[in-house]
Amino acid sequence: MPSSVATPTKGPVKGPAEERTENVVPVRPPATARSLLRGLASWASVAWFLVPALVLFLVFVLAPIAVAVRTGFFKWGGIGPMDDFVGFENYTKLFADQVFLGDMGRGLYLIVLSITVQLPFALFTAVLLNQKLRGRAVYRMLFFAPYILSGVVTAVLFTMIFLPGDGVADHLVGALGLEGLQGKWLAEPSTVMPTLFLVMTWKYFGFHMMLFLAGLQGIPREILDAASIDGAGAWQRFRYVTLPLLGPTIRISVFLSVIGAIQLFDLVWVMTAGGPNHSSETMALSMFQFGFKRYQVGYASAISVVLFMISLVFSLFYQRYVLRRDLSGAVTTGGGR
Amino acid sequence: MNARRAVRGLSTHAVVWLIAAFVAGPLIYAVISGFKSTSELTTNPFGLPAHWKTGNYTGILGDGMFWRQIANSAGIAIGTTLCTVAASAMAAYALARYAFRGRELFYTLFTIGLMFPFAVAVLPLFLLLRTFDLLDNPLGVILPQAAFGLPMTIIILRGFFRTIPAEVEEAAVMDGCGKFRFFWKILLPMARPALGTVSVLAIVASWNNFFLPLLVFNDPKWQTIPVGVQQFQGQYSTDYALVLAYIVLAMVPALAFYAVAERQLIGGLTAGATKG
Repeated sequence: MPSSVATPTKGPVKGPAEERTENVVPVRPPATARSLLRGLASWASVAWFLVPALVLFLVFVLAPIAVAVRTGFFKWGGIGPMDDFVGFENYTKLFADQVFLGDMGRGLYLIVLSITVQLPFALFTAVLLNQKLRGRAVYRMLFFAPYILSGVVTAVLFTMIFLPGDGVADHLVGALGLEGLQGKWLAEPSTVMPTLFLVMTWKYFGFHMMLFLAGLQGIPREILDAASIDGAGAWQRFRYVTLPLLGPTIRISVFLSVIGAIQLFDLVWVMTAGGPNHSSETMALSMFQFGFKRYQVGYASAISVVLFMISLVFSLFYQRYVLRRDLSGAVTTGGGR
Repeated sequence: MNARRAVRGLSTHAVVWLIAAFVAGPLIYAVISGFKSTSELTTNPFGLPAHWKTGNYTGILGDGMFWRQIANSAGIAIGTTLCTVAASAMAAYALARYAFRGRELFYTLFTIGLMFPFAVAVLPLFLLLRTFDLLDNPLGVILPQAAFGLPMTIIILRGFFRTIPAEVEEAAVMDGCGKFRFFWKILLPMARPALGTVSVLAIVASWNNFFLPLLVFNDPKWQTIPVGVQQFQGQYSTDYALVLAYIVLAMVPALAFYAVAERQLIGGLTAGATKG
């Protein structure tokens, strides 16, 4: 049964070209019974290396998803036997719930703002700091610093800053003669989402800036010089040379922004708890409210499953159609090639 | 021409300064406000404190709870890092250096983990941990965090292990070195830079995690720093200056770690993002 035996890496192999040239240890083809046994032994020792990670992954990453799918079909308070099977009722309720539909809309709002405002801002900053500039190492380090702070610390900091009446933001706009903004920020349904987005930008733009800086440094100087010689101005060089070459980085940045918006929890929970009146609630927050505050665990599990499906469909779609050119060994192409 | 360049240089500096003010402003505000009394925060929001009041900071530093939370966060971060790096290094070794049936399938399985936001799994994870009796137990946070750290760590380490020439292993085998000894005595020491990078990533992710410790720990003696910050804000919600002092002190370990491990952190995050 050669199928369970380590396959030879030298000689005629059907695998992808990459596999033939990589640094794997050559295992001779199992021609005799003895070498077959040896092959099995080698497979067993490889398995030992895989087992710890595999067990961890199955128990704590994949199993919870299965549990959520199952629980989502029940009406269950979280304690006692789970025996009230309701089929898809949780899902039909979910998609009829105006608040949950609003959660999805707010997620989309944050995604759109991230892509149209935060990423261009991060790119702009990266281009600025990619020039020769005194102290640019310090600026880079500073701009990235908020990213490593925990979401809770950031959230409490900005809760203090945006306190109605006493917060420094109110004092600041008061001093600038913009009294109309005072007392709003996180306290008004109309301003809470833009304020939240401002905090997200503060925390996350530095990370995207770092990605863009890494991308910019990968663009060969000669190409830009050649464009200069051909008479391209600074804007044309950026638009027709830099931007297309940054394509892979931009696509990754967009991907991470979307996944980040889908799972946004810490910042919102601590700053507004979803309020005022659900106007800043996110899907993850809804799940938390129903699961841990209102004890509708079946319903909350259905929200988890919807979150999971959205992430999965988005990731597969994005990897298949958008990142296809950039990734080798990506999820959708890794097995099939 | 020179004048134009000077003007442009000046305006570039002005813009960078403006962004720097946007980023640093809130942080500086928090540090300075921690030295004020809450009443002064209202009367004198922008200026330096009239009297530098150190009581906010020293009071927190003299409180055992704060140190307890720091110790909890540190212990959990170290535990998570050891688990995730050990399990990932072994798996990455097998996935990078042995050709066996189903290898790409296993690799794909792990990379799929990258697509799951943590928030998706947190509720069923809580139910599972409750059945395993892992609530109010540090392992209830360490093991899931380690599991969610696997995909990124395996991707980075596998990439690194692949760059080590096969001749190294062949020579070791020729000298009578077994797989386990090769892995432990030769491969891991060679992979120290990559191990440093993934460890730094694991430490930061664990240190900042809020969702899971919030759910798993009911007993205040296990609280980590992010949970503690939230609790403290709830408890002293009207003493603004004290709350600001608390978050400043809570930031210090993370920022200090960043200052020390900046290279690994940024290198790892950008590499992880582009490879993942």
